[in-house]
Amino acid sequence: MSLRVDAVSWRVAGRLVVDGVDCTPPRAALTGLLGPNGSGKSSLLRLVAGVLDPDAGRVELDGTDLVATSRRERARQVALVEQDTVVDVPLTGRQAVTVGRTPHTPRWGGLTTRDHDVVDAALAEAGAGPFADRDLGTLSGGERQRVHLARALAQEPRLLLLDEPTNHLDVHAQLDLLDVVRRLTGRGVTVLAALHDLNVAAAACDHLVLLDRGRVVAAGDTREVLRPEVLEPVYRVRCTVLSHPRTGRPVLAFDPPGT
Amino acid sequence: MTVAVTIGPAQISALDVWRSVAHHLAVAVGAGAPEPPLGVLRDGIVWDLRVPRVLTAAAVGAGLAVAGTVMQGLMRNPLADPYLLGLSSGASLGAVAVLVLGAAVLLPVAAFAGAVAALTATLALAGSLGTLTPARTILAGLAVAQLCAAATSFVIFWSATGDSYREILAWLMGSLAGAGWHSVAVAGAGTLVLGTYLCTRGATLDAFAFGDRAAAALGIAVGRTRWVLLTVVALMTGALVSVSGAIGFVGLILPHAVRLVVGAGHRRLLPLAALTGATFLVWADTAARTVFDPRELPVGVVTAFLGAPVFALLLWRRRSDQAGAA
Repeated sequence: MSLRVDAVSWRVAGRLVVDGVDCTPPRAALTGLLGPNGSGKSSLLRLVAGVLDPDAGRVELDGTDLVATSRRERARQVALVEQDTVVDVPLTGRQAVTVGRTPHTPRWGGLTTRDHDVVDAALAEAGAGPFADRDLGTLSGGERQRVHLARALAQEPRLLLLDEPTNHLDVHAQLDLLDVVRRLTGRGVTVLAALHDLNVAAAACDHLVLLDRGRVVAAGDTREVLRPEVLEPVYRVRCTVLSHPRTGRPVLAFDPPGT
Repeated sequence: MTVAVTIGPAQISALDVWRSVAHHLAVAVGAGAPEPPLGVLRDGIVWDLRVPRVLTAAAVGAGLAVAGTVMQGLMRNPLADPYLLGLSSGASLGAVAVLVLGAAVLLPVAAFAGAVAALTATLALAGSLGTLTPARTILAGLAVAQLCAAATSFVIFWSATGDSYREILAWLMGSLAGAGWHSVAVAGAGTLVLGTYLCTRGATLDAFAFGDRAAAALGIAVGRTRWVLLTVVALMTGALVSVSGAIGFVGLILPHAVRLVVGAGHRRLLPLAALTGATFLVWADTAARTVFDPRELPVGVVTAFLGAPVFALLLWRRRSDQAGAA
């Protein structure tokens, strides 16, 4: 067991956005968090990251209650990359990634050699090395996303949370980014990623959790969740599940409305 | 700084300055002769007028630049500055109010209270309009600053006996003309203690570069940190304004100028902003008291002449940014 989300609820302005969610994404695997707009994906990621505090329920990482863990300690174990992070100050890629060392640097101390080594390794692992000395404002969406991923890796997390990491990326940048994520799971990092595009989830995820209006409606292996009868009531679409001719992974073909 | 002390209507050399300073330090430790080496008059100009004025300018300049840097980083608002968000005007109002009541001892406290009240009013007003965008915050700050300035003028008119116009100008535009050793003590202590504290929070401010949620995900207690840092900024602004009045634009332009050179990393930005802020205000004040000799300008006039165009440029750059993003 790695991450355990247990009956987590969160409400804003009286509305239950996350409604008693249970899920246990497996360790060292990529779990996709699916659901239509407003189903509570981003909120759930923020609750797990500790950016929001749940009104009820527990979030455990390897048996430790994350809600009761100090913010700093939690930030050493869990990293979050949100979508469309806007930066309007001139920061280089390396400076942005160095910010990821925040939970590891003592309040009164500077950066150590080890901090710089971790930043270098994170830049390399996320494929953001070429952007180390460039201003974030001059990077493309895909390049900037790699820098944000590197910043999260500089936290040395055991659990990495990604909110729509492939949004706004062209298909090449999407596949590259997912490849980086797959290598992370290969070295033991647990990844939970909110995904919009069901075919991206089908191609990349080991495990899926499907949310609808704040509740889990399906969870399990990718093939178990990506079934037409599961998806239809949630997304209000009909689809056919095919097999990828090379990889054998599921591919969804959606029916046009009214056919 | 020695050079700035030498500039002025009375002819004084750099050597004279150091001789005077050395003399006073020697007297202070009980080792020097009681007779000042420059003669009583010239020594008075150096030691009682120019040295404290230059030191006050340095402390106020450094403090305002650090305050602006922290506010810009914390609020993710390139236009944030103690003057534009109304803190300085609020502090002026607090200071003037206690001076009228004859409680000069409470001056820094009242200035701090005024700064906090003005900041709270600005943020509350901006928040009631919706999300705290830079433009909304500036507009709210403008409203608060104007109200405080009007109230300050009113209090002075209502109570003052002598030259109320000059006094109003000094509080609203900022002036270092009255700077003595007590101002060095208040502004110096404020900048050294609070400014140094703020300079150590560079890593925390960096974490705000990606927004509040990203900062929270990096283990920062966002609400508490913001509250503590803004209170310290208000406290420091109060101390500075109580000796200099509301000097504008130092906190706005210096952080931007330094950022252009060293980038936005706060570990380097904060101390360098302090250093350039001190240098900038020392020279701005030297210009204010000498260029139109024998008339003396309030130093705020000089900083506004230099700062307002930069403010306009920043507004213009934001406009083109937004056009580019759309």
